[in-house]
Amino acid sequence: MSNTSHEVASGPYHSGGAAPSALSAHSVSKRFPGVLANDSVDFDIQPGEVHTLLGENGAGKSTLAAMLCGLYQPDSGYIARNGQRVVLSSPRAGLQHGIAMVHQHFRLVDRFTVAENVILGSRNLSFVLDRRSINERVSEVAESYGLPIDPTATVGDLSVGQRQRVEIVKALYQGAEILLLDEPTAVLVPAEVEKLFENVHAMTQAGKSIVFISHKLGEVVEISDRVTVLRGGKVTGHVSGRGATDTKDLARLMVGRDINLGTQRASHPTGHEVLQIRDVSLNVNGVNVLSNISFNVHEGEMVGIAGVAGNGQKELADTIAGLLSPTSGSISIGGATATDRGPIHARELGLAYVPEDRLGMGLVPSMSILDNLLLTRDRHIVVDRASVRPEATRLIEQFEIKANGPDHLARKLSGGNAQKVLLARELSGGRTATKLLVVCSPTRGLDVGAIETVRRLLDDARSAGQAILLISEDLDEIMSLADRILVLYRGSIAHETPGETAQIATVGAAMAGLTTGVNG
Amino acid sequence: MNSNIWLLSFADSVAIATTLILAALGALFTERAGVLNLGIEGMLLTSAITSFLVADSTGSVWAGMLLGIVLGAVLAGIHALLTVVLRANQIVSGLALVIFGTGLANFLGKPAEGKTIKTTIEPLSFGPLSDIPGIGPVVFGQDPVTYAALLIAVVASWFLFRTRAGLEVRATGDDPATVDSQGLSVATIRIRYTLLGGALVGFGGAFHMLAQSAAWHLEATTNGVGWIALSLVVFAGWRPIRLIFGAILFGFTLQLPFTLQAEQITFIPSALMPMLPYLATLIALIALSRPSSRNILGAPKALGIPFVRDER
Repeated sequence: MSNTSHEVASGPYHSGGAAPSALSAHSVSKRFPGVLANDSVDFDIQPGEVHTLLGENGAGKSTLAAMLCGLYQPDSGYIARNGQRVVLSSPRAGLQHGIAMVHQHFRLVDRFTVAENVILGSRNLSFVLDRRSINERVSEVAESYGLPIDPTATVGDLSVGQRQRVEIVKALYQGAEILLLDEPTAVLVPAEVEKLFENVHAMTQAGKSIVFISHKLGEVVEISDRVTVLRGGKVTGHVSGRGATDTKDLARLMVGRDINLGTQRASHPTGHEVLQIRDVSLNVNGVNVLSNISFNVHEGEMVGIAGVAGNGQKELADTIAGLLSPTSGSISIGGATATDRGPIHARELGLAYVPEDRLGMGLVPSMSILDNLLLTRDRHIVVDRASVRPEATRLIEQFEIKANGPDHLARKLSGGNAQKVLLARELSGGRTATKLLVVCSPTRGLDVGAIETVRRLLDDARSAGQAILLISEDLDEIMSLADRILVLYRGSIAHETPGETAQIATVGAAMAGLTTGVNG
Repeated sequence: MNSNIWLLSFADSVAIATTLILAALGALFTERAGVLNLGIEGMLLTSAITSFLVADSTGSVWAGMLLGIVLGAVLAGIHALLTVVLRANQIVSGLALVIFGTGLANFLGKPAEGKTIKTTIEPLSFGPLSDIPGIGPVVFGQDPVTYAALLIAVVASWFLFRTRAGLEVRATGDDPATVDSQGLSVATIRIRYTLLGGALVGFGGAFHMLAQSAAWHLEATTNGVGWIALSLVVFAGWRPIRLIFGAILFGFTLQLPFTLQAEQITFIPSALMPMLPYLATLIALIALSRPSSRNILGAPKALGIPFVRDER
């Protein structure tokens, strides 16, 4: 393959007279040790188009995107830009062809201003920086696409949505014609998603092409002109977007079978109060992380805590689990007080805790599944593995954990299977039967199949009468599972509503701190 | 109280501060790129003895100076090779460099023991200006390296905060992954500024030998100035201009016992004041080891962390 060859390639489905695609991949394959990440994948995008790459984790969408922007080179097949075959040897080469990637984890220096971040790496600037003219140019580029942003603001002070805007402005400033957005909505609240979609429209109006990478079906249908679905490294479908398809069809193409991610709520009336939280406040280093939180969770009920990360969710979970002592207020589990008694006491009262950080807090990565189970079972001096082994084997089967048996190391499990091990341990109870389950972001980073299983397990636990506190940043998940929704904003409950009648707009506004009233 | 003695003592403080400024600027550039080099003391000693031997045998202080600078860069090159290319632990490599540099200097210094260098760097003379009572000796009575050091600090500040390359260095120290994603080479930038830092440290060591010490006293030649330089960077918040003032303050406390002696002030134990910079060093190193205080002080966020691109 050579950079200088000018062979004209037509797009896979736009052959015959039509204008060449802005960017296209022609039966590209990419192999990593042990995996064929992309197997003869075809892809093309027109100017002014939004084309989505949809697929589960490991389906190959990130690999394809990486080849489109120059991070990887295909083993076979080739990439063409405006019909001309090109070799993108690095992201910089990609940028020179007007292709830029906006990563899920922002590549921004927190201490720098917006303008400094935007110009970092630009080669066409004078050695001595003229701040004023740089600020003006950055503003100009930003405003021409309806992305107003203060070039002198420090990036560390900006919200997640604004930082994403800085990333997009950076790409546009560098002359990108084709933007690859990698899971751009994963970190945004609903209002920010709306804003992002407006920006996407403004960019496509200006003739830019947007490659949208996502696994969220709803928004894919909303934003895309076309969708390419990948599964196991192969294209399983090319679909038109914008309402021409529905989420069910997409899910089938993505997973290969029907998926039920629909609403699941308590099927029978809820019982006694299991968790009672009264006026709990928590002050860490002079900052009020939680202020005057009060709520209950009943038997057979699932309460969802929605909110943008960093509004006190993790601290709330750790306080209930006994890992943090509240500054004031009280917590009781099953009628017995749990305040200031520590994590062992909380567990003895029937608490089970699935922390957000699966392999950090939840499981010991270097230990086997069996030993991880033993952590909440065995409190003797000599570890008795033999007595727990049958239970481990049974749980592996029951929870559909893909492992070579109880001795499989936790760190060698995939994200979904690690989460299932954690849920298996917590839901099956240790020395005390589980009464209260606190789960944090249980499906984060999992693929759709695993999400379906985890949700079903949580629903089963609820049906079995366990009280569940579901803390998640995934608003869809909370909306479709929780019987009651509380929104945590800056450490206070900003909104409360029954799950049945919850409005995504109202909950989203509360997450963004736009309402303070408690209704419903 | 003899005001002349105090003015002279301030002039001396500025001279002592010169070594500190050069060594600390070296550390500052290295750390701004995200590389922590604890080996400054060993590098100072090696550069000092090299410059001594070269100046002594050639009779040219400037030849000594040049070789001192080169040796500083060579030792920094070892650190860069170990920590940037081979991704070794920066603290371990830095401490090893202290031991290696000290040993090497003592070994090379065998023939120099007890000898005094004949040719030294002389203060510049600005004619009548240097004789102005009061400020004359302080402002116009220093040697050329001192003026050079101050100029380098001012240029360093301008370079770091006003140029494109400075922006890239700071970004590399704070967030190497971002620099990498912009198609810039983190390793190249880190190696480049570790070498530049080493050269500046070497410059400081050579100056200390040729203009300050004039005789080889083994480790006592630098007397821990390298460690003080490291703490100075912390207290200056990684800013070159603040570093000048800190260096003069530390220089003042280091030479104070001599002034107090001259003034026959005995109620302050003479050993107390020179202890303070070392105490400050201890505090700075503790502060550097705590994530929360690092952030408050404004430490480069990726300081001490080897960069590995996370491949998927």
